[in-house]
Amino acid sequence: RPFSASWWFWLSLTGVNLAGAMGVKFVGLFVVLLVGLNTIYDLWDLLGNLSLSLVMFGKHLLARVLCLILLPLALYTAMFAVHFTVLNKSGPGDGFFSSAFQSQLIGNNLHNVSIPEHLAYGSVVTMKNLRMAGGYLHSHWHLYPEGIGARQQQVTAYLHKDLNNLWIVKKQDSDTADLSDPSSPVEFVRHGDIIRLEHKETSRNLHSHQHEAPLTRKHFQVTGYGINGTGDSNDFWRIEVVGRKSGKLIKVLRSQVRLTHVATGCILGSSGKTLPKWGWEQVEVTCTPYLKETPNSLWNFEDHINPKLPNISLDVLKPSFAEILLESHMVMIRVGYGLKPKDNEVTSKPWHWPINYQGLRFSGVNETDYRVYLLGNPVIWWLNLVTIGLYLLIALSTAVTLKRGVQLTSELKELSRVVLCGGGQIMLGWLLHYLPFFMMGRVLYFHHYFPAMLFSSMLTGITWDTLLKFCAGFLSPNTTARKVYGGGFLALVLLIMYSFYLFHPLSYGMIGPMASDPSSPMAGLRWMDSWEF
Amino acid sequence: MLAFLKKPVVVTVEINMNLVALTVMGLISRLWGLSYPRAVVFDEVYYGQFVSLYMKRIFFVDDSGPPFGHMLLALGGYLGGFDGNFLWNRIGAEYSMNIPVWSLRLLPALAGALCVPLAYQILVELQSSHCAALGAALLILIENSLITQSKFMLLESILIFFILLAVLSYLKFYNLQRQRSFSGSWWFWLLLTGVACSCAVGVKYMGLFTYMLLLTIAGLHFWHMIGDQNFSNVSLMCHFLARGLALIIIPVAMYLSFFYVHLTLLYRSGPHDQIMTSAFQASLEGGLARITQGQPLEVAYGSQITLRNVLGKPMQCWLHSHTNTYPIRYENGRGSSHQQQVTCYPFKDVNNWWIVKDPGMQQLVVSNPPRPVRHGHIVQLVHGITTRYLNTHDVAAPLSPHSQEVSCYIDYNISMPAQNLWRVEIVNRESDTDVWKTILSEVRFVHVNTSAVLKASRFIGASLPEWGYRQLEVVGEKLSKGFHQSMVWNVEEHRYGKSQEQKEREVELHSPTQMDISKNLSFMAKFTELQWKILTLKNEDTEHKYSSSALDWITMDTNIAYWLHPTSGAQIHLLGNVVTWASANVAALVYACLSLWYLIRRRRQIYDIPEDVWQLWVSAGGICVGGWAVNYLPFFLMEKTLFLYHYLPALTFQILLIPIVLQHLSNHLCRSLLLKSMFSALIIAWFSSVYAVYRTFSPVTYGDPSLSVTELKDLRWKDSWNILIRKQ
Repeated sequence: RPFSASWWFWLSLTGVNLAGAMGVKFVGLFVVLLVGLNTIYDLWDLLGNLSLSLVMFGKHLLARVLCLILLPLALYTAMFAVHFTVLNKSGPGDGFFSSAFQSQLIGNNLHNVSIPEHLAYGSVVTMKNLRMAGGYLHSHWHLYPEGIGARQQQVTAYLHKDLNNLWIVKKQDSDTADLSDPSSPVEFVRHGDIIRLEHKETSRNLHSHQHEAPLTRKHFQVTGYGINGTGDSNDFWRIEVVGRKSGKLIKVLRSQVRLTHVATGCILGSSGKTLPKWGWEQVEVTCTPYLKETPNSLWNFEDHINPKLPNISLDVLKPSFAEILLESHMVMIRVGYGLKPKDNEVTSKPWHWPINYQGLRFSGVNETDYRVYLLGNPVIWWLNLVTIGLYLLIALSTAVTLKRGVQLTSELKELSRVVLCGGGQIMLGWLLHYLPFFMMGRVLYFHHYFPAMLFSSMLTGITWDTLLKFCAGFLSPNTTARKVYGGGFLALVLLIMYSFYLFHPLSYGMIGPMASDPSSPMAGLRWMDSWEF
Repeated sequence: MLAFLKKPVVVTVEINMNLVALTVMGLISRLWGLSYPRAVVFDEVYYGQFVSLYMKRIFFVDDSGPPFGHMLLALGGYLGGFDGNFLWNRIGAEYSMNIPVWSLRLLPALAGALCVPLAYQILVELQSSHCAALGAALLILIENSLITQSKFMLLESILIFFILLAVLSYLKFYNLQRQRSFSGSWWFWLLLTGVACSCAVGVKYMGLFTYMLLLTIAGLHFWHMIGDQNFSNVSLMCHFLARGLALIIIPVAMYLSFFYVHLTLLYRSGPHDQIMTSAFQASLEGGLARITQGQPLEVAYGSQITLRNVLGKPMQCWLHSHTNTYPIRYENGRGSSHQQQVTCYPFKDVNNWWIVKDPGMQQLVVSNPPRPVRHGHIVQLVHGITTRYLNTHDVAAPLSPHSQEVSCYIDYNISMPAQNLWRVEIVNRESDTDVWKTILSEVRFVHVNTSAVLKASRFIGASLPEWGYRQLEVVGEKLSKGFHQSMVWNVEEHRYGKSQEQKEREVELHSPTQMDISKNLSFMAKFTELQWKILTLKNEDTEHKYSSSALDWITMDTNIAYWLHPTSGAQIHLLGNVVTWASANVAALVYACLSLWYLIRRRRQIYDIPEDVWQLWVSAGGICVGGWAVNYLPFFLMEKTLFLYHYLPALTFQILLIPIVLQHLSNHLCRSLLLKSMFSALIIAWFSSVYAVYRTFSPVTYGDPSLSVTELKDLRWKDSWNILIRKQ
């Protein structure tokens, strides 16, 4: 009954739930994909139905676009709108976002900001990398370790606000002394000027030289060099604004700035790679000899302190909702992408999941702790695994039989339809929720398999039901057939319930000796050596 | 029998002059000035070193792909009498006289030239007119990027040749299918498909994409055959087996044979030895084999051994100790046990020797007969020179405070008892009673008291500070979660200890090992290891000046400078024919839109074109658009450094599509005669512009003649192109 009330209800409920799934976790994207593929198939079917006029078909199409695309999109955006409205105060994650985004947050130093508008010599500034979720140019007292470039002070990009992000803009040839003199006139920095940047806390100059960078070997290393602001000719940087002529002033916040190292011609940039422990897991900063225009090598000035200049209220940074939405997604993706397994860390691999290879310790380590261990019910898990193979076998043989044009009874036809159409959809769902994880570089956990496991379990239901019906169909008296079907069904259910009883301490918590100890009540249940409960 | 006496012997030869002419033109365009420039051009610097290693029979591992392509290049060197003596270190370096430049570049050029007639044949097999086929071949012929790529010692042209050959053979096979199944030529083309596929995969892993495409197409065609009631079940089975044999078993066997030849040719040890396991190294002539030759196989109580960490990255190292102790306090204020240091040392040293001791007995010599150590046995490890026992205890390790410190035990008499019992676990055992074998066994040492596992820390910066002589840290890993290669060790050097006295033993430890048993790995073991190393070896980040992203390729927003003359402005660039690239994109777009249009109309039972035309349209699209898609789209998922030349196989398929679309437009959409002739005129004008662009860019394709600065500036049609202009 198309276009009836309940039809509309279920269609829009699908849309609402899609938005919900997406909004909870990005894994929900896979179910959107599944529904999308199904809808396309459905529409294709309707298109082939010649009794349906094109106008009618258009209505079907529009209804689906409305309920399955526009409605979820609106709900999804609404979620973010609520999120941004509720969370309107500044917090620890500010540094991940661009200057424009930060200006929206109450309590952030960029909120209702009033700072000197044009960059001048003697100003104290912070510089933010323009890459999405790029950090502030940062340095600290620690040196690069032996064997990694020159043993000079580290320069990194740091995502959090910190006093070590402050730099002083200086002329190529002058000292701090004559700039801090309040009587001397203010001199603005202009596009194309050659400047030095002195780190405020450590009084070392931003420096680069032809040593390879710690991680990106083809770039040059960037260090802090010199004592009390006195360094050498490798401390000179030419400052340029993108898309501007020489001689123009440099605007704080708004100008996109490129720093070119004068001696080697390379460009200051952040590679986006995380340094190891010695670099406090901050982001690598390099000087790249490849002159490509990417946000990696562009910076803007964010904080700007210069007592000699008047503060001007800057209301220019009003990002639109769409920009905020886009940026927050980019940051999420970047941060999620950055969750890479550390060196030598043993992580869960997608192939572990269907075979229930390894669980996850939720709480408790020792014998005296109350322990909860996340592990699938191995009976169900392995039954699912076997069933996937079984299903493929059944589906293939059914498809070949049908393709060969073998005449089937109406019962068998019905069964084969269930196997191919119903089972096929579920199988597609399983594949869509499982295969993409093989291509992900981020840290994966056992629970990422759970949505796929739901599909797998449904497939198990369909397959065994079909199999039992098929076997029962061979028995002549109807009563025996029903007995076989019922018996098989009962056996499966009992088996699953018993296995639940066996393994329930894992999820509800247990105490006592570890299962590797033979005296433990769970000892007999440690069927795989990789389980650690 | 004697029929030929009665009738004259007549040989009728049919020569398609089109094909001959195309082949000749292809040869001329690719072989012209082959040994110019006499300098290293672009990636020749990379492939050249492998050719040199082949000539010298030195083993190497190249993570960029399987060895068949390298072997073909080396064949060129072999035929030219190259002795392998050249230092491949700089692009643009002048070739010395001993290098047969012409023959090194000959095979890629031949492969590139043969692509022209192959393109012609493919279109003929796709039932296109000869005119369209000729057009496709000519487009390939004057595609600047394909010419540049073919003229040097690079692999892409060889790859494209095998890909096209595979497609052509499959089409030939499929067209024969209808009339003459299981005939000689049917078998020939079927087998050639498999062989060409495996060659393509053997040259570069990119070939896998086309192989998968052909397998899918073959699967679809077979699926249609299943539905055909004219075939009996038995004949279907025969067809299935024939396809399985030719398209799966033979390619796999060929692929293995490439590795077999590779491993047979390269039998000497070389620069990449240390990434392989000890067992593999021992199978190479020179290097480790010289040392390990004639060692006793089974490790026994009293054996003197060196233990190598199985994880060869970032460098190989051996379990080591020396008389220095851990500092009482580290720089950060944490305390240590102040016992003798145990480290992992990347060089061979007499301090790498350890003696396996039975905890129940005092003697440090091998009894007669030797008592072998088996999986699960508990042993003590005694450091040969200092005679101290390998020990670990609940003290934080110097660099990894979460792990236990490993030391050689000194009894300070401060109620810190020795904990020096270790259980030997053979990781790659076949049964639980396996004997611990030299080189072959991979062993974990599990500490009996704390069940910590002996492990070499392998994160960046794991080397100890000054007090530890920058050697690598060794720890006891308490969380024995899972398995990691840094926790596994194997015995590399080994001999049966004979001297009970310490002084004698020191002399013995300093003497080289000598005894005899030789070990040989089977081919399959070597193959598995090498294949695994090729797939998992990751080159450190390789950003390149000319690297590009996959999106830049369609519009050709990028180029690669291959070579620049040291003094003049002559230069060679990988730069495509702009008109061809643009038309190929348009053709793909037109194809997609038209197909969608037809498809939707057919669904509503409206048939615009005859059924057989539609079938051809679909199959041509399946090959050309499919070939483009499978060779292009996967690059969006790859994280490696990409270059414009990665797009060339996809481009080749896209170019083949142009004449197909043009022919379809002219045959089925230009209804009136006037429209048709106008369309033909347009095509001629378009083709002349393709030729004009080819001529314009041929100076940077062939690197000759040298252009002036203004001429070069005129060639910079896009701002993103990097044409090299000398500063005056």
